[in-house]
Amino acid sequence: MTSPSTPRPTSSSTSSSTSSSTPSSLSSRERILGRVRAALADEPTAPHPARGYLTSHTPDDPTVILDLLHENLADYRALVHRAEESELPSLVADLLAKHGAASVAVPPGLPASWLSGTTVERRHDEGATLTPYDLDATDAVITGCALAVAETGTIILDGGPGQGRRALTLVPDVHICVVRAADQIVASVPQAMPRLDPTRPLTWISGPSATSDIELDRVEGVHGPRTLHVVLITEASARGERGGTTGGA
Amino acid sequence: MSGTYLGMPAFPKAAHEAVRNDTLRANLRHATHTIRDKRAVAVAELDDWTELREAGKQIKDHTLSRLDHYLVQLEESVTAAGGTVHWAAYADEANRIVADLVKATGEGDTGKREVVKVKSMATQEIGLNEALEAEGIAAYETDLAELIVQLGEDRPSHILVPAIHRNRGEIRDIFRSEMEKWGRAAPEGLTDSPAELAEAARLHLREKFLRAKVGISGANFMVAETGTMVVVESEGNGRMCLTLPETLISVVGIEKIVPTWRDLEVFLQTLPRSSTAERMNPYTSMWTGTTDADGPEAFHLVLIDNGRTDTLADEVGRQALRCIRCSACLNVCPVYERAGGHAYGSVYPGPIGAILTPQLRGTASEIDASLPYASSLCGACYDVCPVAIDIPEVLVHLREKVAEHGGPGHRLEKAAIKAAGWVLDHPGVLAAGERVAAKTRRLHPKKLRGPGASQWTDSRDLPEMPAEPFRDWWKKNRT
Ligand code: SF4
Repeated sequence: MTSPSTPRPTSSSTSSSTSSSTPSSLSSRERILGRVRAALADEPTAPHPARGYLTSHTPDDPTVILDLLHENLADYRALVHRAEESELPSLVADLLAKHGAASVAVPPGLPASWLSGTTVERRHDEGATLTPYDLDATDAVITGCALAVAETGTIILDGGPGQGRRALTLVPDVHICVVRAADQIVASVPQAMPRLDPTRPLTWISGPSATSDIELDRVEGVHGPRTLHVVLITEASARGERGGTTGGA
Repeated sequence: MSGTYLGMPAFPKAAHEAVRNDTLRANLRHATHTIRDKRAVAVAELDDWTELREAGKQIKDHTLSRLDHYLVQLEESVTAAGGTVHWAAYADEANRIVADLVKATGEGDTGKREVVKVKSMATQEIGLNEALEAEGIAAYETDLAELIVQLGEDRPSHILVPAIHRNRGEIRDIFRSEMEKWGRAAPEGLTDSPAELAEAARLHLREKFLRAKVGISGANFMVAETGTMVVVESEGNGRMCLTLPETLISVVGIEKIVPTWRDLEVFLQTLPRSSTAERMNPYTSMWTGTTDADGPEAFHLVLIDNGRTDTLADEVGRQALRCIRCSACLNVCPVYERAGGHAYGSVYPGPIGAILTPQLRGTASEIDASLPYASSLCGACYDVCPVAIDIPEVLVHLREKVAEHGGPGHRLEKAAIKAAGWVLDHPGVLAAGERVAAKTRRLHPKKLRGPGASQWTDSRDLPEMPAEPFRDWWKKNRT
């Protein structure tokens, strides 16, 4: 055990290194690792964790999982829509019109048909050419996603085709995200992890941005897009009773 | 740790002052009770909470038991992914590294140097903002609550809602008078509605995000096998800071490692529910090194020790390093509710602060030595902790250590301290009482009798009576 009042050296005893390749920084590295090893000297390695928790809390039924995603997205104030693929162009056009959007950011690889029902100005981001200021002056953005998690009401973007780089879905004030129910929804977080590629930049989005910093009153929309539309693309048979648009106003 | 808190009165005095502030008490009570109740609902949704909690504990224990291995693995992974890793043994060194990195970017060479920051306990702990200011670098906090605190020249009082001690009227006044000094002024006719206040913050900060060249963050988790960093947030300011600048510097305590990608599945379920009582927080960002044409071109990870290895060396106390900073323990703590966050004299308030701060920075000062006594040992903090830190156990342990090392009179349980104070004023009683106690030491019950006795569980032993009379010990150790 060490003394609880180990003296701390002042700045004079430490380096001003800025690179791990300089000798002085190496010494801090060695010092920290040395202290860790000293602290653990007689310590056996603690066992690997027992993973007694569940892989999912939801019945393995696509309809139940889809409904749960819908419900949880709406519960956190995303505006949720269901549509068949063929209905998407007109739905997207309606949503953009409803927000009075004059411009929409378009990520590389977005299916052209998604915007085929609207004439709003498209701002393509091939080669990441849009500056933060360009994006700030763009009204909306439309993307697909990598995955959606029903139990937490989460959509996950990984920068793949039709999703764009992270700034694209951050700066414009309206985000329309399209989720393919057939193959992009999992029930739970443990089911999501193996389907994600950690080498890609990932953004997990669960409803629009929010703060409760003022007297714990929840306010939706601080810095991210203040409006999040999620469109669940379903087969005709899967629209069920929950068809149409629901969610927080 | 940060110089901000030097000269703080010891806990009992600071707490006494807070208790007399009615507004603060009302705000705190409202806030803690609201989150507390919501958390219980969010946790009850998961049938396997017990197993998730146990897995979280075991992941962290395993990591800590091989921390050297995982640190080296993390360094390799981050480096392979295009990041640069720096090591800082102490706060000053970390601050120096960050300041030099900011200058090396060329940011502000022609004008004012500035960086945008996303809330990070680690950077508060090391006093980074003050250190950068001394180097001519303005660090803008971008969390709404941190902004309120920074504009109000105030100190945070809660891990999760640092401005919990401010009500809406106060916030409006701060925005009206202070925003224009830092950038875009508050809108004309700003009212105290939370939506309007949030909008004012959005407008004020947006210009800073758009022009930012350097972002500074902490991280909630670092994955050793992949080099992935994770930041969990609500407002989107984190995404702004992590995505828009050209250079990103993350300052992270060495205990924030998890070994595998899969381990995140545990904490991504337990952290949001424990913290904001949500199934999932609005935004979670994960990045691994740098990515072409997406986000910062340069990524620097500054790993800080700053007392963590001392904590690791303590077999009982090291469990504090499992903490994922969810703040659930604050919200259930009867002492925190009454005393407020400032009384703890550090960036880590509440029960976790009472066990972490004295370990990170030692117990040389009065405030730090008094912290292990800032508890009734009721155990509510342990019950809610998503990584099962036995805070009462560590508190009792630290009291023993304070006693062993001659802290200024803080060696007994809270009720006993008051008694000791009275006894010290009555030398005759002290002499007689202590001698009797020392002689009968072997006969003293190991479980507490008297004040607070019902709060103790059977597993919590009393600190042992000192072998020598208290007054002799006191004389020897006081100077
Ligand atoms: S000690 Fe436990 S309950 Fe308290 S902040 Fe840390 S993880 Fe949360």
